[in-house]
Amino acid sequence: MNFRAVRAIYLFEMARTWRTLLQSIVSPVVSTSLYFVVFGAAIGSRITQIEGVSYGTFIVPGLVMLSVLTQSIANASFGIYFPKFVGTIYELLSAPISYFEIVLGYVGAAATKSIILGLIILATAGLFVPLHIHHPWWMLTFLVLTAVTFSLFGFIIGIWADGFEKLQMIPMLVVTPLTFLGGSFYSVNMLPSGWRTITLLNPVVYLISGFRWSFYETADVSLGVSVGITLMFLAICMIVVWWIFKTGYRLKN
Amino acid sequence: MPSIISVANLSKTYASGFKALDNINLEINRGEIFALLGPNGAGKTTLISIICGIANPSRGQVSVDGHDIITSYRAARSRIGLVPQELHTDAFESVWATVSFSRGLFGKPKNPAHIEKVLKDLSLWDKKDAKIVTLSGGMKRRVMIAKALSHEPQILFLDEPTAGVDVELRKGMWEVVRTLRASGVTIILTTHYIEEAEEMADRIGVINKGEIVLVEDKATLMQKLGKKRLKLHLQNRIDAIPAALAAYNLELSDEGCELTYDYDTNGERTGITSLLSDLRNSGIRFSDLDTVKSSLEDIFVSLVRAS
Repeated sequence: MNFRAVRAIYLFEMARTWRTLLQSIVSPVVSTSLYFVVFGAAIGSRITQIEGVSYGTFIVPGLVMLSVLTQSIANASFGIYFPKFVGTIYELLSAPISYFEIVLGYVGAAATKSIILGLIILATAGLFVPLHIHHPWWMLTFLVLTAVTFSLFGFIIGIWADGFEKLQMIPMLVVTPLTFLGGSFYSVNMLPSGWRTITLLNPVVYLISGFRWSFYETADVSLGVSVGITLMFLAICMIVVWWIFKTGYRLKN
Repeated sequence: MPSIISVANLSKTYASGFKALDNINLEINRGEIFALLGPNGAGKTTLISIICGIANPSRGQVSVDGHDIITSYRAARSRIGLVPQELHTDAFESVWATVSFSRGLFGKPKNPAHIEKVLKDLSLWDKKDAKIVTLSGGMKRRVMIAKALSHEPQILFLDEPTAGVDVELRKGMWEVVRTLRASGVTIILTTHYIEEAEEMADRIGVINKGEIVLVEDKATLMQKLGKKRLKLHLQNRIDAIPAALAAYNLELSDEGCELTYDYDTNGERTGITSLLSDLRNSGIRFSDLDTVKSSLEDIFVSLVRAS
């Protein structure tokens, strides 16, 4: 195991975060605060409670997930796409480093950034609404699992993309809508049965549901199903990444 | 001299069907400077990319210091430093950070003294804290070399190292390469500048259309294929070469004042004596003459044309 190489990639990527602090941390925090103002204050004043929790408090896990999902994908996809774009990928491919170590460096850094961001947003939410986390370890487990899974997904997008448009396409056209429709701002149980069935095809529902359960012990689906679906998506991403490096897809030719 | 890189039956066909390399066999000797010459699209960069791990081979084997580049890729790659043709750099990183990153990527422990030495050797020390985006093209090229040397490689690939670099800086880089060779580093360079190969290489390889046309010791190559050119400055202008001189394949300059004759220095007879005699018999007199030895460029062009 080339730990020094993993460390070099990890620190290099983390250094980029500190260089672009406004874009990496401040911007998502400001956006999330605006969500609290709009959804929590404006809409929350008309919806008193959902499943025994005040609306402003109810949306906190969904908002954290929204940021963690989008930032995991953005960080990881940009992290690997940028060396491809500027050509410095040559150094990565010619170094004595395994595929696993490359992924560990990039995905580790992207997931770390997302987790830090998620915790900052959680702290920010605490300024707006009272928070109580029933199962903090489960909360952390879901946070880490989601950050790692979607960083892997972002890594795949970064490899696949051959232009900035493609880099933005999946996060904007697929992930953001799925997150909004995945129960970030409402309970899936509030939907008519037909829509509920369709919504359950959305994998993000299971992430948000499990994450919300760790806060309030209320969930749209059972905890086991949430963990299972998340792990399944993680496994799929790992298989795709393995295939990418095995074939050299969009990297080695 | 034992080989440090061994390429056997190497072929590369891209997904488009383009065959970039066709059954390449090549041995690079330890400690030598090997120049790989070839026209654009000949396969030079593809060959280097495969050896360094950037591209996958379609067929064949490559070993670096006895380590297969596929099955023992860590050992093979750790011995290699690569300076690619294009100036690929992290624009917003400092020189020190990017060179240190390269060393870490190759699994080497931090060694500020070594990085300092590399930067000083490449006249980059006073720019160590500068962002790469602020550097000139020549400096960026030296940063690329510094990155490649950061992990103390035994083999250094220089893909068109002096492309777009001014004459003074080019000579400076030649000096750096010579110093590296003196320290035991094996250097493989590709270049469009024939004089660069002529100046520095111990051996020359010529590649064309994905095939190795020739690999030869530079001195032997120059001797074996070297021709000389005799130029005769005529006293009086002539309109055409007389039929009696047709056997000499002379060339007449546009102005009709200069005759050129190519001859083989290694041949049993150069034909100069009989040429001068036949010129006199034809009534052609010359006021001066000089001879020029053919350059590596002439040899290269004739080899590529022949292949």
